[in-house]
Amino acid sequence: MALHRGRGFAAINYPIGMNLGGDPSQALVHSNPGGKFMVALSSIDLGQGMKSVTRQIAAETLGVPVEDVYVDTADSDTGPHCMGSFASRGTHRVGNAVIEAAKEARSVMLEAAAEELEVDPADLVTDGKGNIHVKGAPSRSISTAEACGAAQFKQGRTVSGRGIFLIPLSEVDPETGEQTPVSCFAHAAMIVDVEVDDETGEVSVLEMNSAYELGRALNPRLVEQQLVGGAWMGMSHAAWETTEPYYPDRDHGPIDFNGYLMPGPGDIAKHNIAILERPAPDGPYGGKGPGEMCANPVLPAVVNAVFNAVGVRIDELPVTPEKVLRGIRANGGAQPQGRR
Amino acid sequence: MARKPLQFHLNGSEKAVFVEDGQNLLDVLRRGVGDLTPKYGCGQGACGTCTVLIDGEPHLSCLTLAETVEGRQITTTAGLAQGADLHPLQKAFMDNFAAQCGYCTPGMLLAAKALLDRNPNPSREDVVEAISGNICRCTGYEPIIDAILEAAKSRGFRQFG
Repeated sequence: MALHRGRGFAAINYPIGMNLGGDPSQALVHSNPGGKFMVALSSIDLGQGMKSVTRQIAAETLGVPVEDVYVDTADSDTGPHCMGSFASRGTHRVGNAVIEAAKEARSVMLEAAAEELEVDPADLVTDGKGNIHVKGAPSRSISTAEACGAAQFKQGRTVSGRGIFLIPLSEVDPETGEQTPVSCFAHAAMIVDVEVDDETGEVSVLEMNSAYELGRALNPRLVEQQLVGGAWMGMSHAAWETTEPYYPDRDHGPIDFNGYLMPGPGDIAKHNIAILERPAPDGPYGGKGPGEMCANPVLPAVVNAVFNAVGVRIDELPVTPEKVLRGIRANGGAQPQGRR
Repeated sequence: MARKPLQFHLNGSEKAVFVEDGQNLLDVLRRGVGDLTPKYGCGQGACGTCTVLIDGEPHLSCLTLAETVEGRQITTTAGLAQGADLHPLQKAFMDNFAAQCGYCTPGMLLAAKALLDRNPNPSREDVVEAISGNICRCTGYEPIIDAILEAAKSRGFRQFG
């Protein structure tokens, strides 16, 4: 019996969003009379940070403090249409829709402020702290709350904006077979070190090292949190999770968390992450979004690491001890491929 | 079905409810007294999100018969903060981004509190052991482990209890 170390590498080129009949998302922004802004979305925050990121994007575009912005993702019956939180599309699609809606709301807010200050709206700027003032003359100012209040109680304006971001359906060119299904790609590379027990077939992960290029990290801590957590979802798909580990049929498959395996806190290993920021030309403030790509490179990297360790090429996930052992037996023993 | 009176202490206040034979503690907490902080996850003791403290010890409330807590002290996540002041564990979870969807968080917090109450200076291995019955899908556990270790180091933990 021996433990074999192996190292696997994977690189991915990851498309943001999807191409099934067009990929739109909408956003609506309005202020209440106190100058707080509500962003209405139907895009659900699953814990990945959609609310935080769209709130930042709205505040940045409106020119108001982030504390003055609320995001409501409560109900797809009453909210504006969104394709949904999937395909790693949230930050990119919804963020762009929020920018468009916030721009329109901002222009009405500045018109209202201009009317109160008796100036041209084009001469007004926001300080991001809740004030609007004449460019070069900070003393000629009005708060965003006063401007929004005046809009609604004196001027009869709605300080509001509509936004939609659409990546239209890209048809396949019948002549060339070409299409442009996505406009934005993110990238990642990952190295996984594993140890394989050639007696039990068990694979344990020793360390992960990765680099992600995902546009501008609009909220760096949320990006990091996604990458740390998502990698273990990828690891879980690579090494543990399946609905069909048992024989002879699905009736003998797992029905609970005792049979459907996921990593516990004792299964994790160190993961060093480098984040490279190359702002996307068509992304909201350059953002692409980590999304599903947090998990994706782990799977091929683990499979490659197992091959490197014992010479067994697994082509069906997950990498269960049984598959590893069968592979080792078929090869007449472990065949380490040498250090990488 | 017979209904029986049950009295216990929930986060320091007395509760008196009627429970049915075989009703579990999680159901009594959520539906009987309206404390929605313990979550229903798997319903069979495998995921840990329904964890509550009974006389300071962590228990899976989905597997605990309600009748067995007569006269005992139950602590849930609702009892951690003191007014507007978050418990040091809650603060450390926030600071370390230890929650994403948040569904495992109540169980994690209480498993962690039980650990720190009996072992104020845990090792990383102690923390892993303490939360090994709690499944988290989003975080990869590392931020949770870091948060618990940070809370243990914080000066506020002792007086908060």
